[in-house]
Amino acid sequence: MRDAISDPIELPDPHSDASIGVLKTSMSPKRMALKRFVNHRAALISAIVLVCIIIFVALAPITTRYGVNETIFPASEGPNQNLAPFDLAWFGTDGNGRDLYSRIIYGAQVSMLIGLFTAIGSVLLGTLVGGLAGYKGGWLDDILMRVTDIFLALPLLVVLVIVRGMLKNVSWVSTLMGDPNSVRFLVILLTIIGWMGVARLIRGQVKQLKEREFVEAARALGATSKRIMFRHLLPNSVGQIMVALTFAVVGAIAAEATLSFFGYGPDAGSGMTSLGLLIRDSKRAVPPGYWWLVVFPGVFFIILSLCINFIGDGLRDAVDPKMQQELK
Amino acid sequence: MTDATLSIRDLRVTFKTLLGPVQAVRGVSLDVHPGEVLGVVGESGSGKSVSFLSIMGLLGKNAVIEGSAKVGDVELVGANQKAMRRVRGSEVAMIFQDPLSALNPVHRVGAQVAEMILAHQRDMSKDAAANRAVELLDLVGIPQPEQRARQYAHEFSGGMRQRVMIAMAIANNPKVLIADEPTTALDVTVQAQILEVIDRIRKEMGTAVVLITHDLGVVARMADRVQVMYAGRVVERSDVHNIFHESRHPYTRGLLGSQPTLGRERLTPIPGAPPNMLQPPSGCAFRARCVHAAPQCAGDLPELVQVGLTESACVRANELEALV
Amino acid sequence: MLRFIVRRLLWAIPTLFIVTFVVYCALRLATNPLASYARANPRIAKQPEKMAQYIEENGLWPGVGGYIRGYFTWLKGFLTGNWQVSIKGSRPVWPNLKDALINTLRLGIMASIVGISIGLALGIFAALKPGRLRDTAVNTGALIGFSIQPFISAVLLQLFFAVQWAKWFGEPLLPTSGMYPPGHTGFDPVLMLKYMILPVIVVSIQTVAAYSRYMRASLLDVLNSDYLRTARAKGISERRVLVKHALRNAMVPIVTLAALDVGAIVGGLIISEAIFEYPGMGMFFLTAESNGDFPELMPWMVIVTSSVIIFNLLADLAYAWLDPRIRLD
Repeated sequence: MRDAISDPIELPDPHSDASIGVLKTSMSPKRMALKRFVNHRAALISAIVLVCIIIFVALAPITTRYGVNETIFPASEGPNQNLAPFDLAWFGTDGNGRDLYSRIIYGAQVSMLIGLFTAIGSVLLGTLVGGLAGYKGGWLDDILMRVTDIFLALPLLVVLVIVRGMLKNVSWVSTLMGDPNSVRFLVILLTIIGWMGVARLIRGQVKQLKEREFVEAARALGATSKRIMFRHLLPNSVGQIMVALTFAVVGAIAAEATLSFFGYGPDAGSGMTSLGLLIRDSKRAVPPGYWWLVVFPGVFFIILSLCINFIGDGLRDAVDPKMQQELK
Repeated sequence: MTDATLSIRDLRVTFKTLLGPVQAVRGVSLDVHPGEVLGVVGESGSGKSVSFLSIMGLLGKNAVIEGSAKVGDVELVGANQKAMRRVRGSEVAMIFQDPLSALNPVHRVGAQVAEMILAHQRDMSKDAAANRAVELLDLVGIPQPEQRARQYAHEFSGGMRQRVMIAMAIANNPKVLIADEPTTALDVTVQAQILEVIDRIRKEMGTAVVLITHDLGVVARMADRVQVMYAGRVVERSDVHNIFHESRHPYTRGLLGSQPTLGRERLTPIPGAPPNMLQPPSGCAFRARCVHAAPQCAGDLPELVQVGLTESACVRANELEALV
Repeated sequence: MLRFIVRRLLWAIPTLFIVTFVVYCALRLATNPLASYARANPRIAKQPEKMAQYIEENGLWPGVGGYIRGYFTWLKGFLTGNWQVSIKGSRPVWPNLKDALINTLRLGIMASIVGISIGLALGIFAALKPGRLRDTAVNTGALIGFSIQPFISAVLLQLFFAVQWAKWFGEPLLPTSGMYPPGHTGFDPVLMLKYMILPVIVVSIQTVAAYSRYMRASLLDVLNSDYLRTARAKGISERRVLVKHALRNAMVPIVTLAALDVGAIVGGLIISEAIFEYPGMGMFFLTAESNGDFPELMPWMVIVTSSVIIFNLLADLAYAWLDPRIRLD
């Protein structure tokens, strides 16, 4: 046999006839994930729709037709309450003569901001606690699991209401969090409740990664725990963190809507509104049959939730380690 | 050959995938005789497992199977589901690589063996089947079979689990036993025990055994005849001694040459990688990695021809003797 | 196995005590029972001796020590059947709570049965042909279902089936509130069912979405497993493969989840009950909370949290019974 060392064979030229069929070079995991996300049609469409919504909502004074508390014309000029849509106001008006279309946009602003800040807070806190618990394990981990188990199994509204009541009545806390009816209070409240779900996810992820060989290798090379956590575990968890972030946003928006529905929402007066408050107001519009006040906010809310949910689903598929072997 | 238990002729298996049709098996023919062990050797992707999974009907709906595979007089390719089910487990039985995942984790082991029995011997009572299951566990060398029959798969060690799989496979006295990498997941010491069990059964029951593996050591120990597969085709076939000492195919030589042995300082792997079966190369699939490749290798698909003491699918086989 | 059960039970009991203690402190902090009592009974509030008596009877001493003493006072009363009475008119808590509990259980169990069966069926339907149209449809449908929060679907359904229907056809098709028409007495199952249709639909949407996804994922996992291939290699009938092997294994995680969900029924229907004015545990909670009625809220919370803890335990036990690998714990 030939000696492969002194007379090495050149690897076949990829363009020559003899090597037809040798696989192309592989892609990095990030590119693979991106490619998979883009292939998930619903997620892609949702991302585009969501971006449109965000642009629309962010450019509020330009895209709205009236202010949030502004009547479309003064009552003195004629009846302005509960007008049906398409005539004078695109989506109709509410009981105070205000333009529903504009109010939906302003409400979306509030809700989405609440969602965003809550999600960031929950994910930061949850990643910290969950990551530590997953990495250290032991009794810290056990207790965390038991506590979050019970908390997560209790009805959300009950937990929200009770914790809200607690925080309201403890003086130093309420100075920190502001007026119970303010947006700031709500964001902090939702963060306090929300980090637990994220912590569970990240803990699970870290536990899994901890067993992987590259961690063992890093430790064998003398890496400290801190280094392992920041340079190895965290970057590999980015995918799951992003998924958690997405679902945290939609969870927060839904929680705000639930709270507002029952009167615990960010009602600072001055006519400001959120999606949840709009839906709460819509309940009153059912008996007289003012359908536009019910349908437009409700459908908008559903579409917004749907988009974020689809994106989250797409992200989850994109970073799922099981699916990373599909392209063999 | 007329007394072959299993006869495969020109078997082709193509998978319909999103990227296009993948030709996993491209014309395989073989015979296995009663009491004989046919070793099937090849790399991952050579089609060695797929060939046999296909005739058992265990591939998914996206597999297109053509050709012929006969067990006795029964044709397996293209048979309907009912006919396949009659053959599976009674005429032809299969054992797989990883016994932990191949056994159902929530059913007791004895029940799983009994299920195999009851599937094909309908008139047996449940109790009789359970007793027979215990007998079978004893036959494959599992100590305290009555107690162990009531246990679950995770309570067994790897070697014991594989014995359970074997017991299950031979429950209905099959004519053919296909063992797909049965020892790959096991320790070397346990490997020898399992192979010994298979060997004993073959002698006692006259079963034809197909032993699929990538481990040449296993083949050397167990096989009567060996066929080497590459890229969906059989490239060489002979009895075991000749394959090891009188091989006439560069791929086989390459496999033998890449084995680590005492005294050799460097490993000599075969350079390059197996071809992509989406677009298989023309002619001999090995030519891209073959030291002796010549223009005629890119022509028609080479057929197995008796050259010297082996059947080889190398068009230059005659010259090989002189070259090395 | 027995050791497993005993261990879990031993965990559950102290957990119950700790949780009820935490709940006690949280509720006292949140509702301020003394102030709420004073608010509800302004005349008595003006009499300091009566207030002091109230504090003594109900263990409402302030401070950390006071809370601990208060908890045990409450606990003794609770366990001996000597429950504290509501701040409104001193009426006993249990009769209303019992009715609320029964109503919620009716609604919850019916919605669970409907939702879980439909959800599982859809999940199986999707998993049997993965990647094809039916699979994408079920998946997308589930995500849409998740995005439809109960209060939105409730309001929209009310609008459609009652108000709009009445406009088009003269009379509402389905009622929108309560359990019976106002003024009705006695037990009428058919009428009750008519009133429950909309709430059940609203609650089931989310259940169907969740369980279709669970079952699809679980069944797909199992269908791709090695042991299923072995089962087929045995030559047993396809029906047996699907039922005895595939479904049997796929159901294990689902039974656990279902057990947890059942535990959450008693407190989990608040939103739907509120919208449909259905007199269940949800309405009880909301009314009590807005009044700050601690004596009514505590038993309510005890029932809800105990239910969660007990069903948590049952879920663990069920998992171990169904999956022998877990019993090693």
